[in-house]
Amino acid sequence: MDGLLSVSYGTVFWATVAFLVVAFLLKKMAWGPILKSLEERSQGIENALNEAERARQEMSKLQAGNEQLLREARDERDRILVEAKALKDSIVSEARSKATEESTRIIEAARVEIDNQKKAAITELKNQVASLSVDIAEKLTREKLSDSEKQKALNESLIAEIRSN
Amino acid sequence: MSNIQITNKIKALSRITALVAILCLQLAGTRAYASGGQEEGKFNAGEMIVHHISDAHSIHFFGNVSLPLPCIVKTDKGFDFFMSSVFMDEHHEFTKKYTSDATGNTYELHHEKIYVVDPLEQHSENHVEEAIVADTIQLVTDSLAVIQPAEADAHAEGHEEFHGHQVLDFSITKSVFGMMLMLMLVLFLFTRMAKAYEKRKGQAPKGMQNMLEPFVLFIKDEVAIPALGKKRAQKFLPFMLTSFFFIWASNMLGLIPFLGGFNITGTLSITLVLAVFVFILTTINGNAHYWGHIVWPPGVPLAIKFILVPIEFLSIFIKPAVLMIRLTANINAGHIIILAFTSLILIFGEQSVVAGYGVGVFSTLFIVFMFFIELLVAFLQAYVFTLLAALYFGDATQEHHHEEAHH
Repeated sequence: MDGLLSVSYGTVFWATVAFLVVAFLLKKMAWGPILKSLEERSQGIENALNEAERARQEMSKLQAGNEQLLREARDERDRILVEAKALKDSIVSEARSKATEESTRIIEAARVEIDNQKKAAITELKNQVASLSVDIAEKLTREKLSDSEKQKALNESLIAEIRSN
Repeated sequence: MSNIQITNKIKALSRITALVAILCLQLAGTRAYASGGQEEGKFNAGEMIVHHISDAHSIHFFGNVSLPLPCIVKTDKGFDFFMSSVFMDEHHEFTKKYTSDATGNTYELHHEKIYVVDPLEQHSENHVEEAIVADTIQLVTDSLAVIQPAEADAHAEGHEEFHGHQVLDFSITKSVFGMMLMLMLVLFLFTRMAKAYEKRKGQAPKGMQNMLEPFVLFIKDEVAIPALGKKRAQKFLPFMLTSFFFIWASNMLGLIPFLGGFNITGTLSITLVLAVFVFILTTINGNAHYWGHIVWPPGVPLAIKFILVPIEFLSIFIKPAVLMIRLTANINAGHIIILAFTSLILIFGEQSVVAGYGVGVFSTLFIVFMFFIELLVAFLQAYVFTLLAALYFGDATQEHHHEEAHH
């Protein structure tokens, strides 16, 4: 068992030299660059994640803005529609009232004209009737007056008629 | 729908194939182990196991196939460089003696340790006529060897008589070679990964980079930062990442059959080095607050301080030592269990062939199970080492805000 648990100077010497040389070379050529790259990469990943988070927040903010804008636009449209409707109503009602007024005016004018014409026609008719009656009366009177009796009766009937009028 | 079904079928099939492959490797491995551990005809399980988890001067793959490793030894006469293949005889056993031209020393490999053969003995071998004199001297040395424990050790262990003393061995042993291999692998993988980060700046990770990144992040975010905080973690992360991936890779290499049976993190010398680094980093980075708690624990009666201070002082050394022992013990324990169950087959096989096959089935199933546990342990021990190192660093560099809690 002495071969197992004994320490050999030569092995210790070579092990020390070999380990020191390789440890030094590894530190310079491997661990330094590797650890640096790993650190840089983890930093990079962290930065990228932060960036993504920031972008996400920006995006959601933007989205919220868009929604707000859309809502405003919708409101504006509704408002405009309501206004337009009101305007249309007012225009229609105005037109209607104007038309009514005009028609009333025209009807009134027509009625006045009709009245006037009627009056004129009545006057003319009266005049004609009067002249005709005078003519008839003249003829009748001429005949009646030929007989006194008849004259008398006529006078009386005329008087009675005038009185009843 | 049909695509998913096909994928599932392929998955199941590959799983079965992997299982069969492991079984085959295990059975084949058993034979390889047997050849390594057998000496004098009789199978010795303990020796075989120790042989397989101990460090060696060559990488043994299977049968006669092995890779020699460079040996660097220092004696009073200076350094000697040679390949371990010089010890190899015609049977591919490491029994030959080797005499160096540079220093004139004769070396011998014994239980994977290099000994220099004493000049006296060599002298007696070269000159037969002086054999009697040499025998006398040998007798004296023998009696001296009883008194001198260093030489007695080598003597008592050997199956054949030999006289020599251990040299200062700076060889690239199997564990050192494996460690360098794994450090190179880690270096290669992570420098490539670093390049990928530069080339694909700001892009998602791909391929190898994608596969390794979770582990780097795991050490950084789950181990270093909770224990040390973001700022202090930067300072200790390079060391923690290097040790984590080195330990993990080494543990995994030790689990691959037919690849030399490396046992890097089971070699005490190597975990000792790792522990010493943790100790040094903790000690030189310890702030006033940390040392204050050790030399004069606040809020404790004076009498208790006399007990507490030595304990606290010892804990500076105990903490890294525990790291070293835990890692070595865990990795060796796993290997020993697997090797022990392999030995079981051979031990029963020696009694009767039927018993050998019978035990073999159960042993193999258990070994497969152990391999899966070991895969987990390989990661877990690397993680535990790194985590505890981080906690010690955190303890040493803790800021003052905790002090209020004590008063």
